[in-house]
Amino acid sequence: MRVRMTVNGEEVMRDVEPRTLLVHFLRDDLGLTGTHWGCDTSNCGACAVWLDREPVKSCTVLAAMASGHEVHTVEWLERRNEFEGGAPGELDTVQRAFMACHGVQCGFCTPGMLMTVRALLDRNPDPTEWEIREAISGQVCRCTGYASIVKAVQWAALQERGRGAS
Amino acid sequence: MTAEPTFVDNDQRPLGHGRMLRKEDPRFLRGKGRFIDDVQLPGMLHLAILRAPLAHARILSIDTTAAQAHPRVKVVVTGEMLAERGLAWMPTLAEDVQAVLATDKVRFQGQEVAFVVATDRYAARDALELIEVEYEPLPAVVDVRTALDPGTPVVRDEQPGRTDNHCYDWEAGDAAATDAAFARAEVVVRQELVYPRVHPAPLETCGAVADYDQAERTLTLWCTSQAPHAHRTLLAGLIGLPEHHIRVISPDIGGGFGNKVPIYPGYLCAIVGSQLTGRPVKWTEDRYENLVSTAFARDYVMTGEIAATRQGRILAVRARVLADHGAFNAVAVPTKYPAGFFGVFTGSYDIAAAHCAVTAVHTNKAPGGVAYACSFRVTEAVYLIERLVDCLARELDLDPVELRRRNLLKPEQFPYRTATGWVYDSGDYPATLAEALRIADYDGLRREQAQRRARGELMGIGVSFFTEAVGAGPRRHMDISGIGMTDGSALVVHPTGTAELRVSCQSQGQGHETTFAQIVAEELGIPPADIRVVHGDTELTPFGMGTYGSRSTAVSGAAAALVARRVREKARLLAAAMLEVSPTDLVWDKDSADGRFHVAGDEGRHVTIREVARYAYGSADLPEGVDGGLHAQLTYEPPDLTNPYGAYICVVDIDPATAVVTVRRFIAVDDCGTRINPMIVEGQVHRGLTDGVGMALMEMIAFDELGNCLGGSFMDYLLPTALEVPDWETGFTVTPSPHHPLGAKGIGESATVGSPPAVVNAVVDALAPFGVRHIDMPLTPSRVWSALPPSR
Repeated sequence: MRVRMTVNGEEVMRDVEPRTLLVHFLRDDLGLTGTHWGCDTSNCGACAVWLDREPVKSCTVLAAMASGHEVHTVEWLERRNEFEGGAPGELDTVQRAFMACHGVQCGFCTPGMLMTVRALLDRNPDPTEWEIREAISGQVCRCTGYASIVKAVQWAALQERGRGAS
Repeated sequence: MTAEPTFVDNDQRPLGHGRMLRKEDPRFLRGKGRFIDDVQLPGMLHLAILRAPLAHARILSIDTTAAQAHPRVKVVVTGEMLAERGLAWMPTLAEDVQAVLATDKVRFQGQEVAFVVATDRYAARDALELIEVEYEPLPAVVDVRTALDPGTPVVRDEQPGRTDNHCYDWEAGDAAATDAAFARAEVVVRQELVYPRVHPAPLETCGAVADYDQAERTLTLWCTSQAPHAHRTLLAGLIGLPEHHIRVISPDIGGGFGNKVPIYPGYLCAIVGSQLTGRPVKWTEDRYENLVSTAFARDYVMTGEIAATRQGRILAVRARVLADHGAFNAVAVPTKYPAGFFGVFTGSYDIAAAHCAVTAVHTNKAPGGVAYACSFRVTEAVYLIERLVDCLARELDLDPVELRRRNLLKPEQFPYRTATGWVYDSGDYPATLAEALRIADYDGLRREQAQRRARGELMGIGVSFFTEAVGAGPRRHMDISGIGMTDGSALVVHPTGTAELRVSCQSQGQGHETTFAQIVAEELGIPPADIRVVHGDTELTPFGMGTYGSRSTAVSGAAAALVARRVREKARLLAAAMLEVSPTDLVWDKDSADGRFHVAGDEGRHVTIREVARYAYGSADLPEGVDGGLHAQLTYEPPDLTNPYGAYICVVDIDPATAVVTVRRFIAVDDCGTRINPMIVEGQVHRGLTDGVGMALMEMIAFDELGNCLGGSFMDYLLPTALEVPDWETGFTVTPSPHHPLGAKGIGESATVGSPPAVVNAVVDALAPFGVRHIDMPLTPSRVWSALPPSR
């Protein structure tokens, strides 16, 4: 079947099997390998992307279900920064935050984490620690013990609130 | 903990050791990491493996006709076909053998039975459904306690003359002296402890891409390997290709924790698939396959006894262990240590007599045993002694901290030889314990606990003090499959003064590209940004044993420091020629920002390492006996193990209505000797603490009586999320290792080793008023509920 959607701002059209998962469509058909696959049961969140600006687990969404919709992946975060007035090639605040606070170790959960916390901060610029932990509770990280990720989100929130005030 | 998040000095970029942001982060943050499933080659095919639905069954027939006929299938391979190539069985790292594809019978649920290579991953999966296998079910051996009973089905009946499921016996210490100490002891405490089977569950599963070049007879194998060189050597003996025709590339690894040490049947299937089709073949396992078939950890049933005086002086400790090694003994431990380093079970205490005996058995379960950041079974040993000490404290009505204080090794006792023959390198245990008590406000916690108890609340405080044994290891004691446990490093300083360090260890998230650059920066005065660390490719790096057992900094880190010093010594000869003085008149200016030698007594006469590099490649007038270029290579053999240690305190609250355990606080004070990048060290500790809470409270690979695995997905095998763990409170002390070139000891597994007993001790402490002395992990609500008296 033919699917047509906007991925990271670009219109794409492909012929796929109806059963094709969105995560495989992004990775295998579009070559966007930043989105990872980790569990099949939507427990781990490594595959989190945005479907119409809402985080979803792309291992439990069919490519066909995304047809006609808008998808954003980790590869888009830098470009989003440009739309927001950042310099080309400069990382988004949440990306810089994960680096500054050591929220990355093996890097496998990172893309899904980034998409989820970006969505959190877009709708809640000043989350409490508990709100952050709840927001990422559908994302498993086997490396960081979460504390540094929580700290990264707080760091990003602080930066963006500062920018808003100036 | 302060209310405002603190981000102190997280953005400094020191020249050498110190907190430095990671060089590898930008690619991961952009989604540009290259993990195994990201490897795409032209013409690549996809492989899927058919796995056994039963734990123990004879294979009567396999019919692949329908699968072969599938239009997108290239080849279907069974065990019989592998047998024709001499590949149906492969050696394990423990000198046993393991079936690549089953031929006679299946021995655990999830065992590899056949594989399909097809044009895409969906078609490969479809074709698996078309393979028909007829099984004759056999009774499964599931309970380790009865596995040696007469009449039990024999798992390994392919071995002629075998009549039981015995795997090995191993013991350590002096049985007679220990028994004598027990006989005259005033107090003896005994406790059975089950350390359940758990799984490392890295977020990235295992996989491989095999690309066999039929014209050149060369194989390039991308695979999720923590030890690419060891894998290449072992593959060379197996697949009929000489070692120099094989290149193993381990790309970015999405977490390993020991799970990616073994060679798995899937890797061999991918190789055979590529050989048969002449095209690259990718195999990526799914989560079910990862959980049911790859290396698990623990599965020790331990009976421990501890003997002491009434005053709380520990006299002796002994243990009997039943170890479940599954269908094949596929542990990855040094050959002389079939039970790993369990011999360190005397822990951090001065105990005169000790003895342990381990009996390992085969069952109808997946092979493995030491994965999951366990430091070759130090995890089990620490859990045993730390639970026993707590049980003894209860028996003596002593505070568990006070009992530990009375028995901890004293700084002047190092190097300390344990009753089982292990030598601990250095430590100041009382200072580290004191720091943990200070951070926790231990006395304040006990007062709070008394108040809460008076109100009927369930609050517990648990302590553990652990000693690790890492950095395997000295060649005289340690090898895997006959290969000494050393690591190589090669350092090239280019004419422009930038450098490349090539190391044999392999990062799975530990930040080697940063830490190792910092090690060289500290020794040579080249900024870390100008040093590229190359790893994970046998074609680009010197031979070495890889990353597991917390050995990267302990072994490869030493190799990196020493190779940098060797380059520096050559640079000294060149610098002397440049400045026209004797090499002995030169002073290496350790604190300069650009790595310089200056003439003793005259700091104005100097050359930098960059200038030396230019001279090394460009000068027509090199000193006599010195060749051109600026590079060196060496292999480091650790003289002995290093012994990181730590004091951990866990505070839990238990909901009396639901028996749910909440870890309210966790204080971890670690001593790993010299800390090269404290940010990365702390990250490693956080990781291990999360492991510990997970294992103590929720993780277990369980089986039913038929041998069906009950933990085959993340819906059944529970991992801690951000909601189950607290904000970690960490501290540190620094006691350098006397024999490591940097004084570093390693940190990778400390917290995984040390934290589970702290959690269990805390839960048992909370329930002590009800007479609870022990609950086996995982401390799920149902287990805690069952331990509570009905009339509380």
